[in-house]
Order: sequence, then structure tokens, then C-alpha cells
Amino acid sequence: MLLPFFQWCEASPLGTAIRTSPWAFAVIESVHLLGLAVIGGAVLVVDLRLLGLGLRRQSLADVAREAQPWLVGSLIVMLATGVALFLSESIKCYYSTPFWTKMTCLLLAIVFTFTVRRRVTMAERPTLRPMWYRVVGLVSLMLWFGVGASGRWIGFSG
Amino acid sequence: MKAVTLLPFCQWLASTRGSIALHESLYMYPLVESVHVLTLCVFVGLTVVLDLRLLGLAWRRVPLSELSARLGPWMIAGFAVMVVTGSLLFYAIPVRTYQNIFFRIKVVMLALAGLNAWMFQVRPYRRLAEWDLDLVPPRAARRAAAASLVLWALIIVAGRMIAYNWFDCDQQPQTAIVNRLAGCVATP
Repeated sequence: MLLPFFQWCEASPLGTAIRTSPWAFAVIESVHLLGLAVIGGAVLVVDLRLLGLGLRRQSLADVAREAQPWLVGSLIVMLATGVALFLSESIKCYYSTPFWTKMTCLLLAIVFTFTVRRRVTMAERPTLRPMWYRVVGLVSLMLWFGVGASGRWIGFSG
Repeated sequence: MKAVTLLPFCQWLASTRGSIALHESLYMYPLVESVHVLTLCVFVGLTVVLDLRLLGLAWRRVPLSELSARLGPWMIAGFAVMVVTGSLLFYAIPVRTYQNIFFRIKVVMLALAGLNAWMFQVRPYRRLAEWDLDLVPPRAARRAAAASLVLWALIIVAGRMIAYNWFDCDQQPQTAIVNRLAGCVATP
């Protein structure tokens, strides 16, 4: 059902330009990796705090508020470069299990991060039982790990 | 003068059973590489956090001593995993990697990043007590942080480019400078 859309993506001018260039894919993927480092730090520093392992002496809200612009900024870079990479090999992605796994994890991770995790971390006063902070940190880590691991595996498959 | 070459060592390494097994493995090599890439989030990710603090761009109210004490162990653990998995990746494909121009750039950048970190330790960090709570750390610390960000970005990009064979020794003709930098040996 979605195949015509993926074919249209692959035939798009941007997708074609990246695919036919000898170096465009490599350069865009490098930027995608640089974004990975930044988003990794921005997610991890808050999740470690949620797990009670990182900056324990700082309030959760402080750590999260400072991380927010870097999280959003790096996510925008990741999405922009990710879409460009996708356009250059959409049909391969359509038939790739790791791609669909990544998209599922990504959707869940974004929704979770900007709803549940955001509300929990930005609350000025702790309202939940300590255990729930650990659960939120763990779920966030697992979802983002799923995105990264399955993303890497797109390159190995097919 | 004869150039120092590790090529015979790399050739010997490539002939070992472990190297061949890792090279030919269906899942082990991709697995090691995935761990290498994902640990980037931990090690470089937290390095970015520390550097942003040193630049006075984020977490300004967190004392630097606290940041390094609380995140340091994770960074060291991440770095250890990077070194082990990175060594295994080299071990799996020694000759081609040794003669890869991007790998050589990466090694030089890694050495510079190490030097930068060491210079930060012996100079600004030693007098940390004087500026631990400063919202914007002194110039020497900011310079080290900026250098760290640039170097690690270059290391990531060069590392990714190792996978491409544009300048490999078996892709002749190459310009003389490429052959020299990659350490290509003319086959008799």
C-alpha cells in the first residue's frame, strides 16, 4: 500500500541527487552521526539523573531544562539528515525490517519524550514515587537505544 | 631514509585465526561495529555535555567538579568500550585499515584530542577551585573545550569515512600525495 509513496520518494529530485553523487550520502551520514553524539549526551544526562545515577545534587527540572534546547536542536538535525538519507534509498528501506523497527521506536521515543518524560522532568516539585522516575529513565533509554541499534542495522541489511 | 612501517605487522595480524574469524563472521563484526557506534552516544555525548559546560553554554549552574565527578566514570567506561571495540574492528581488517587515509587522519586527531585533554588537566583544571562555580569558565578552559568539540567531530567524520574506499591503495591511479599519506606500496 505504501510502496508507491516509497517509489515516489526514491524518484524525488533530492533522493536522486544524493544517490547519484559519489560523496553526498557519506557527508550527510557523517552529519547524522554528529547529531547522534549530541542527542546521545542530551538524552543520557537527563536519563542518568532520572535513574539517580548522574547529577544527583541538581534538581531534575534544572538538568532537563538545560538539556532541552540541545535535545530539540540535535533531533532536528537528525530528522533532516535522516529524511535525506531515506530519500536516497527509500525502496531499500521499504523492504528493510530494521528500518520499520527504527521508525516504530522513533515514533514511540519522540511521543514518550515530549509527553510523559517532559511532564515528569519539568515538574518543579517531585510528585511521583521515586520508582517512577527510574521507570521513565529506563523506558527512554530503551526506546532511544532501539532507534540507534536498529538504525545502524539498516546499513547491514539488504 | 626508510619510512617506519607497520605494514608487516598488519599483514601478520591479518593472517591470525582471530582476525580471519572476525572478518568472516556474519554477525560478530556488525555487532562489534554497532557497539562501537552506539557507545559514541555515551562517550562523545557526555564529552559534549562537559564541553558545553566549559564553554558556559549549558548547565552553567552545575559546578564543574560535580559534572566531572558524576559523569566521569560513565565517560571512562564508554571510552574503554570504544577502545576495545575499535581495536577489534582494526584487528578484523588490519592491512586495509592501516593503509586507509581516513584511519590515519583519525589516529592523528585522536592523538591531538589526547594532547588537548592532557593540557587541560595540567593547566586550567589544576586551578579548578578558583573557577569551579564560574558561569563562564576562564579562556584557557573554553579554548580546550572548543578544541575538544572540533577534534571529536573530525574523529567521528573520519571514522565514518574509513568505510569508503575512494582513496584505497587498490583504487589506482591515485595522486602521489594520496599514495604517500595512505602508505601505499607499489607492487613489483
